[in-house]
Amino acid sequence: MYHKTMPYRIFSIFNNVFLTILSLLCLLPLYHLLMVSLSASAPANAGLVTFWPIGFTLEAYAKTFANSNFLSSLWVSVERTVLGTGLALIVNTIAAYALSKETRVFRARNIYLWYFVITMLFSGGLIPGYILILKLGLMNTLLALILPGLVAVFNIILLLNFFRTVPKDLEEAAFIDGAGHLQTFIKIYLPVSIPVIATVSLFMMVGHWNSYFDGIIYIRDAEKLPLATFMQTIIVQADMSKLDPEAVANLSQRTIRASQIFISALPILLVYPILQRYFVTGIVVGAVKE
Amino acid sequence: MVLPAAIMVFIFSYIPMSGILMAFQDYKPALGFFDSEWVGLKHFRYMWENDYFLQITWNTLFFACSKIIMNLIIPFVFALLLNEVRKMALKRTIQTLVYLPHFLSWVTLSGILIDILAQTGIVNQFLVSVFGIKPIFFLGDGSWFRFTIIASDVWKEFGFNTIIFLAALSGINPALYEAAEVDGAGRWKQTMYITIPALVPIGIVIATLALGNVLNANFDQIFNLYSPLIYQQADIIDTFVYREGLLSGQFSFATAVNLFKSVISLILIVISYRLAYRFAGYRIF
Repeated sequence: MYHKTMPYRIFSIFNNVFLTILSLLCLLPLYHLLMVSLSASAPANAGLVTFWPIGFTLEAYAKTFANSNFLSSLWVSVERTVLGTGLALIVNTIAAYALSKETRVFRARNIYLWYFVITMLFSGGLIPGYILILKLGLMNTLLALILPGLVAVFNIILLLNFFRTVPKDLEEAAFIDGAGHLQTFIKIYLPVSIPVIATVSLFMMVGHWNSYFDGIIYIRDAEKLPLATFMQTIIVQADMSKLDPEAVANLSQRTIRASQIFISALPILLVYPILQRYFVTGIVVGAVKE
Repeated sequence: MVLPAAIMVFIFSYIPMSGILMAFQDYKPALGFFDSEWVGLKHFRYMWENDYFLQITWNTLFFACSKIIMNLIIPFVFALLLNEVRKMALKRTIQTLVYLPHFLSWVTLSGILIDILAQTGIVNQFLVSVFGIKPIFFLGDGSWFRFTIIASDVWKEFGFNTIIFLAALSGINPALYEAAEVDGAGRWKQTMYITIPALVPIGIVIATLALGNVLNANFDQIFNLYSPLIYQQADIIDTFVYREGLLSGQFSFATAVNLFKSVISLILIVISYRLAYRFAGYRIF
């Protein structure tokens, strides 16, 4: 038994310690940021804060939540994430259900499949996409952030691969009982597909929440910016032109920036552990096939 | 039931594809698509005669290839090491923590990186006090910038990329290990002769599929971390297209660059899928 040998035990201890340190390295930067956001601004700006707050205060959070631009962006992001994920789930799951059928049942299946896959391989690119949104009159609307990415071919493929593993007998039994495709889909397929649907929803939610670039190019009004774009403009571009002077005065403080970054990451930190148990199986089903 | 998706794809993917004709025009927003002047390959010639374009193509390849290699080797080793952790609770905790950065956006992470990598940031404080060196300008110096891009990408993604190797590991028949143990093979030999050979095919699939991505060096990451000071070492095709196209209004030139990139990528993707299918029987559906 190799587990009992001395060299393996020594290796095992080192290995556990090494991997623990490595995994903490993935968390520490975020933790450090949280500590900065909880500190008084003088020690934070002087770079004295490391892994515990100095002069603990919630002032940065109070100021962040008093900032109307931050709040409106937060609301836009919530709206966008809920609407975008909900709509995309409906459209993508029903498409995947149809495409999971064999050619015998759904004759044009392969044509549609290629029709979708081609868009994964080739696209018009940034500029034509931009002009399309302009011509459709969607500039500066929430729809410009939701509609272009609504159909996610990669997610459809994950879903259809999973739907194919659903036993045919279940479906046949439903048909014999007089159920149509829509009813079979809702009553049979959806309940047994929770892991993959949870995975795909997580991808979609995270995608919407994190997406900032469409906000930069499609949204002009400060109060319609999604949170990620708002964060991008203050952190990276340091572009204050879209914000009011009071907000600018606040932004120069490191603690406030840290609190905003942390709040913007918070929903992901909360949703992720809940859905994590599903996504490992969900992704594996999509990625590895027997 | 496919109809809603099919219509959306038509509007938002197929209509923009016709927009690539702009690459052969001198597109003027005022004149529109039908009245702009046709100029043939002018923009493509300009692209080829442009030294800066060669530079950004090289940058793109450099970033993409380094990331592909690192994101293959590190998750491979990490999965092997994680496989040796016997305590399930510890294993789960480690997994949960290392997947986490994958779900944070590059905006959030660049906010964090800009903060901790600043000259007075916590990383430089640590390096200065432990090694007694001068503070490193991670994001402002060209060669350090390249290093930061690759390292931060690996940091964000290695945990997530490990999932695929872990899946392959869980598929190995335990009887093989039992047989090896009866034959007197230690853990090292079991790893060398059972585990690693079982992981190599999936590694080959990942490597071949990555080939289709060599012209994508992660716009989000570079866009959020670079600055005009270091465009020479940091610019990639996508960031260049954004600045030339939307900021400078050179719609046609930017579209030409994008079309060039798309065509090469398409060819590479088709080749890589063929190879993955031939070597490992991989299909996406």
